[in-house]
Amino acid sequence: MRNYGIYVDGKFNRTESGRYFQFRAAQGDWAANLCNSSRKDFRDAVTAARGAFAKWSSAAPAARGQLLYQVAEALEGRKAQLSEELQHQGLTAAAAEAEVQASVNRLIYYAGWADKFQQVFSSVNPVASSHYNFSVLEPVGVVSILAPEESPLVGLVSAIAPVIVGGNSCVVLASSSRPLCAVTLGEVLQSAGLPAGVVNILTGFRSELLGQFTSHMDVNGVLYCGEAAEELKTVRENAALNVKRVSHSPRADSSAEEAQGPYAILSFQEVKTTWHPIAT
Amino acid sequence: MTTSPPVDQLGIEERIARLGSRTIKKESKLEALKLALSMIDLTTLDSKDTPGKVRQLCAKAIRPYEAMPDLPSVAAVCVYPNLVRVAKKALQTMAPGCRINVAAVATAFPSGMSSLKFRLEETRWAVQEGADEIDMVISRGKFLAGEHEAVADEIRAVKEACGEAHLKVILETGELGTLDNVRLASDLAIDAGADFIKTSTGKIQPAATLPVTLVMLQAIRDHYYRTGKRVGMKPAGGIATAKLALQYLVVVKETLGQAWLQPDLFRFGASALANDILRQLVKERTGVYQSLDYFTKD
Repeated sequence: MRNYGIYVDGKFNRTESGRYFQFRAAQGDWAANLCNSSRKDFRDAVTAARGAFAKWSSAAPAARGQLLYQVAEALEGRKAQLSEELQHQGLTAAAAEAEVQASVNRLIYYAGWADKFQQVFSSVNPVASSHYNFSVLEPVGVVSILAPEESPLVGLVSAIAPVIVGGNSCVVLASSSRPLCAVTLGEVLQSAGLPAGVVNILTGFRSELLGQFTSHMDVNGVLYCGEAAEELKTVRENAALNVKRVSHSPRADSSAEEAQGPYAILSFQEVKTTWHPIAT
Repeated sequence: MTTSPPVDQLGIEERIARLGSRTIKKESKLEALKLALSMIDLTTLDSKDTPGKVRQLCAKAIRPYEAMPDLPSVAAVCVYPNLVRVAKKALQTMAPGCRINVAAVATAFPSGMSSLKFRLEETRWAVQEGADEIDMVISRGKFLAGEHEAVADEIRAVKEACGEAHLKVILETGELGTLDNVRLASDLAIDAGADFIKTSTGKIQPAATLPVTLVMLQAIRDHYYRTGKRVGMKPAGGIATAKLALQYLVVVKETLGQAWLQPDLFRFGASALANDILRQLVKERTGVYQSLDYFTKD
């Protein structure tokens, strides 16, 4: 039986809590052990994400895009394994293959936006005095992501890619019913050379970790994927503690073209406006 | 001539390794964190220090966290000699009658590479400026060359120059090489009249470590058994987390007992530690993990 780790600070570890849960395949007797992450694992992951943020956010946007292309390439290289895991999680062979392909495409899509979204969303603003007035984008910081429960790969990739391409670092809680591909995605990110700490992936249970994911004061944004009203209320209340940005992504067909767009990047950008005097 | 018992290096390392497997929780943790906070020598030793920064540091020393006024003040503010007067005045203005000391590093800190005459002069000047405590460095070159008596003489001379001020002797253990040397230097300093022995300047890596601290604490213990006199201990440099600070307190308690668990006999030389302790204290109070964004840097 395979034991899956959690991906924190560029390394695969076991949970500090020593707790595990078992995943049983939809068909057959295949099973795996997964870490039931604790709040301390989350805290450590936030520390790692905070540590990685300065360098990642100041890297050239084109370099971030380049890394995402490399991730797409590495993901394609792991097609067989990912497709097998997706089948364990209940997809047909054809659907699994399509999901991997859609994930590769999604990464390439956001990689392309890396050095372009700024042009689209930044502006030179009209003002009534002798100033240039610019609005430019800056990443918010550390984003916690509650990944979609139903779409274990393309949904996960669609959640992570726009967050990191904009220069944020993140901590992800994978789907608890379909967690396999999330850990494998961690391996892909590692082998593609994504700097340690930019993406941290935990497995475990949303019911236990939702409070931590949304209340930690060193987290600057929350991406909530799902539709549970009670959870969303918790997210919004906790986010108010330090005014985290909240983005809500309801259940949708993640592989559809409509599920992608530059506004997903904008969700975790701050707008900085600068007044610059014009010499007369 | 000072002679020292040999140090059991493996024994020391094993004992320290066991500390890593222990945790202190809940009320004990809260009390220990507050104690650790009250033992901090809040330190700024950058060449780019300004009076403004020192004043800010003093404000933090008096009241470490605005939102929790019940927290203790730190033990002392530690600065370069030319900023002693600024610190002294800031403390007196902001909190008249407070018990926070001003410590000055002196004796050509951090290298000590100057004439004895000049180093003594600097010490006297720092005391004149108002320093309550002097942190001196030993001549590591002489110590390593075997001129132990010369080192001891220097410490005695500085002690005399200190007058009323307390003397902390920095061994700079990162440069001494072996634990046996650490023990010998500790014994030398204690015999020469040190009020405190201190691990490091913070300018050399490695700075304070738990094994080194344990050896120094044993020297203090043996001296206490011999003479009944209590010498203080100050690990400095590299202690940035509350968790590590608590491990230091455990070692102190186990080696020297409760009497040493007070700011008069144990200090942390640190700048980043205070914020991590505050972060933990606020976390215990609110139940929410904290961010350094909400604590003052200095």
